[in-house]
Amino acid sequence: MLPGRNVELYGGLLAVDGFGLFFKVFFLAIGIGIIAIALEYGKARLQHRGEFYGLLLFSILGMNLMAMSRELLTAYIALELLSFSLYVLVAYGLREARSNEAGIKYIIIGALSSAVMLYGLSNIYAALGTTYFSGIAAALSSPATDNPVLWVGLALLIVGLGFKLSAVPFHMWAPDAYEGAPLPVTAYLAIGSKAAAFALTLRLLAEAVAPAGDRWADWQLVIAVLSAVTMLVGNLVALAQSNLKRLMAYSSIGHVGYTLAGIAVLGDDFALAAKAVIFYLVVYAITNLIVFAGLASYYNSTGKDNIADLAGLADRQPFTAAVLAIGLFSLAGLPIFAGFTAKFYLFAAVADGGFLWLAGVAIFSSLVSLYYYLQVLRQIYIEPAAPESGTEGDAAAEHGGGHHDAEPEQDSLPVPMLPRPSITLSATMGVGVLAVIWLGIYPAPLLAVIEFASSAILPMG
Amino acid sequence: MIFIPLLGMIAVLLLPRESDELIKRVTLFFTLVPLAVAVALFISYDRSTAGTQYVVNVPWIQAFNIQYHIGIDGLSVTLLLLTALLGPICVIASWRNIEKGIKAYMALFLLLETGMLGFFVALDLFLFYVFFELTLLPMYFLIGIWGGPRREYAAIKFFLYTLFGSVLMLVAMIAVYLNSGALGARTSTEGNALNNLNFQIWVFLGFFIGFAVKVPIFPFHTWLPDAHVEAPTAISVILAGILLKMGTYGLVRINMSMFPQGLDFFCNGLALLGFINIVYGSFCALAQTDFKKLVAYSSIGHMGFVILGLSARNDSGITGAILQMFNHGVISAMLFLLVGVLYDRAHHREINGFGGLGTKMPVYTGITTLAFMASLGLPGLSGFVGEALSLLGAYDKFKMLTILSTIGIVIGAAYFLWTLQRVFLGTLNPKYEEIPEINGREILTLVPLGILTIVLGVWPNFAIDMFRESVTNLIDVLQAI
Repeated sequence: MLPGRNVELYGGLLAVDGFGLFFKVFFLAIGIGIIAIALEYGKARLQHRGEFYGLLLFSILGMNLMAMSRELLTAYIALELLSFSLYVLVAYGLREARSNEAGIKYIIIGALSSAVMLYGLSNIYAALGTTYFSGIAAALSSPATDNPVLWVGLALLIVGLGFKLSAVPFHMWAPDAYEGAPLPVTAYLAIGSKAAAFALTLRLLAEAVAPAGDRWADWQLVIAVLSAVTMLVGNLVALAQSNLKRLMAYSSIGHVGYTLAGIAVLGDDFALAAKAVIFYLVVYAITNLIVFAGLASYYNSTGKDNIADLAGLADRQPFTAAVLAIGLFSLAGLPIFAGFTAKFYLFAAVADGGFLWLAGVAIFSSLVSLYYYLQVLRQIYIEPAAPESGTEGDAAAEHGGGHHDAEPEQDSLPVPMLPRPSITLSATMGVGVLAVIWLGIYPAPLLAVIEFASSAILPMG
Repeated sequence: MIFIPLLGMIAVLLLPRESDELIKRVTLFFTLVPLAVAVALFISYDRSTAGTQYVVNVPWIQAFNIQYHIGIDGLSVTLLLLTALLGPICVIASWRNIEKGIKAYMALFLLLETGMLGFFVALDLFLFYVFFELTLLPMYFLIGIWGGPRREYAAIKFFLYTLFGSVLMLVAMIAVYLNSGALGARTSTEGNALNNLNFQIWVFLGFFIGFAVKVPIFPFHTWLPDAHVEAPTAISVILAGILLKMGTYGLVRINMSMFPQGLDFFCNGLALLGFINIVYGSFCALAQTDFKKLVAYSSIGHMGFVILGLSARNDSGITGAILQMFNHGVISAMLFLLVGVLYDRAHHREINGFGGLGTKMPVYTGITTLAFMASLGLPGLSGFVGEALSLLGAYDKFKMLTILSTIGIVIGAAYFLWTLQRVFLGTLNPKYEEIPEINGREILTLVPLGILTIVLGVWPNFAIDMFRESVTNLIDVLQAI
């Protein structure tokens, strides 16, 4: 990484700075993870795989540009590049009705949200006369630009971004899109597009709006309320889900809520909030990656994606079960896993920023989320496997590395073992688990890197 | 020393799944090593000073000023010894009981032991919280997979209930951090800078509810009977012996040492809750017909004595409370092991379904009588000293409550003696003509605990010496407000 040398491209449209570089590396790593998940899945269930990976690469380009853009229209174009690739990717299960339906829903709502955002951008331009983030910051600081058109513009911009982030109440596309899309694309939606949208939002708010001081304070409350509603709706509705992909959709909505809380407190103690948000994004990405990798490994073997179908996974694919357990506990925020450290960091930043009530809501939502993660784990570890087994309350070795023979000591029909996950999936899961535990116990190196990244977008250096 | 069981867990995980005997022996080894270290610490601990000893203080997460700060003082070393002692005992108790998935069971158990050992030596709030939570994860699986018929319900209830308390603790912790800029270096001997009464009250409450769920204090106790009844024997032992003490230890270490003004504000309420625990717990126990549930409720009752003693805030009260912590750990461990012995043979725990077992299992009856007598507070056995000192201390401050609490002792005697009569005396229930006597392995688990009970009954200074100085120091802190 280039320490301390920030370069601007295309006359200020794009910035090559610590923030941009960090996120580029992050997005590329996510891309590698998604490809790892997609390899085996694609061979079995997708046609036109070449286009699949091509579209994936286009969307990664879009994400990179989103993290680097310092101007509203560039950001918009990058966002559209990402979105259009995703629209097609979601509908990639050509023979499945669910996938087509998900694609259509996503494209209609996505197009609507893009139109809304564009209208917002045009209003901002009309009010301020510039679309550069630095220009917007300068214009907002002077009281002369207090203009209803500006407020409409900003509001619509937030609405547009909210759609992309699947914040409540702009989240209705998410459960259907997640459920219908092929599993690697679901993972990509959950991890990649969210991270990119947050990178854009972070840079936008940090460089363009936050410097405006007390103007920003008004908007902080708006974002805080959005965040609280998102957390609560995401986690509470997740309690009712029976499909794994839908559950992960609502769980992602919940996590978006937490991250928005961090964004809401970008203000006085800017550095802490920005670092907390970025750290949370990284941890969220890695953890979701291993959960989706586990789900993919299960889906590859059985083609089922309901929670109840996971019954007895501990016996049938012990390594996958263990990885899922670690991933879900990390998402719930249990200590020694990275999820706890990230949540602690984030909630401390939120409380520090003065939004104590928001931190309280976040902690409560976190508790609620544990319940539905436990339901999944209950299926995996405590419920007996599908009718063949017949014994009650089976348990088995939790961690793999053992043999996968049928177990002769049980006096019933042997539990049918599932094939081991593929090498790429196993490697992804292994590396991910190690990362989750490492970041949970010793996050200092990553935090140092994030410090470097966030310092690039600090207002006034 | 904390991480020796963790190494053991990794070792166990690497062993092939089928080699049950080897797994059990490796686990036993990895629980005996901490016991040896704990005994060495116990012996070499300098009883004449109050500060923390054997301190390790390493910066951990710079961003929040979090240190990896551990150390022991009088209270820690006592409970550390208890934990280390119960470790191998539980492994031996599980030797023949666990049919399936021995590898996972032992691995989870070792992880649990790591969490418990770490908890009692942690001196940094963040580390404290991490170890506190670390014990929840293995417990959920240990109850949920190897437990009784309603194990899923009990496991989830336990997990969610305790986690609810923990998140309140987390909120309080964040509040402490924001107000003092650091989470570290809180020992029982240091004062603190958070002297605003209002602040102390709220933070005290936050931590209190977190620990109250663990202890458990009425009305947060409803998870305990379910969890105990459904858990396998050895896990019940750990649950009653150690996990409950984590709650009271937290009360002493954090609520009393760090927030004395908060304690001052709440001490009447605390005493009242202790009283309710004692009397309500005992009455509930009286009504039970499930042997294990009876012992579970009696645990609630005994923890009430600890709370009552702590709320007295004087020398004999706190000493009695801490002593009661240790003694109850030993005694309830014995009780649950004994229930387990019976359950292994009869496969039910209905008290009224037994009768006259004394004729067929004389040794077992003898040991059970010892445990019962210790639990109800017979002088000469350890239970008496703890309860007596707590009541003596509490009498100083809360005369009426203390007098009423003695009802609990009477009820305790009632249900234990009645159980003794129903199970062991009287005519032999024909179903149990052939019931086997207690075997050598089970006796091995019970004898060390029995010896401790008798020794501490006649020579309690053996334990009190360890934490005498710490208690004095704590009282100084409490009275300095």
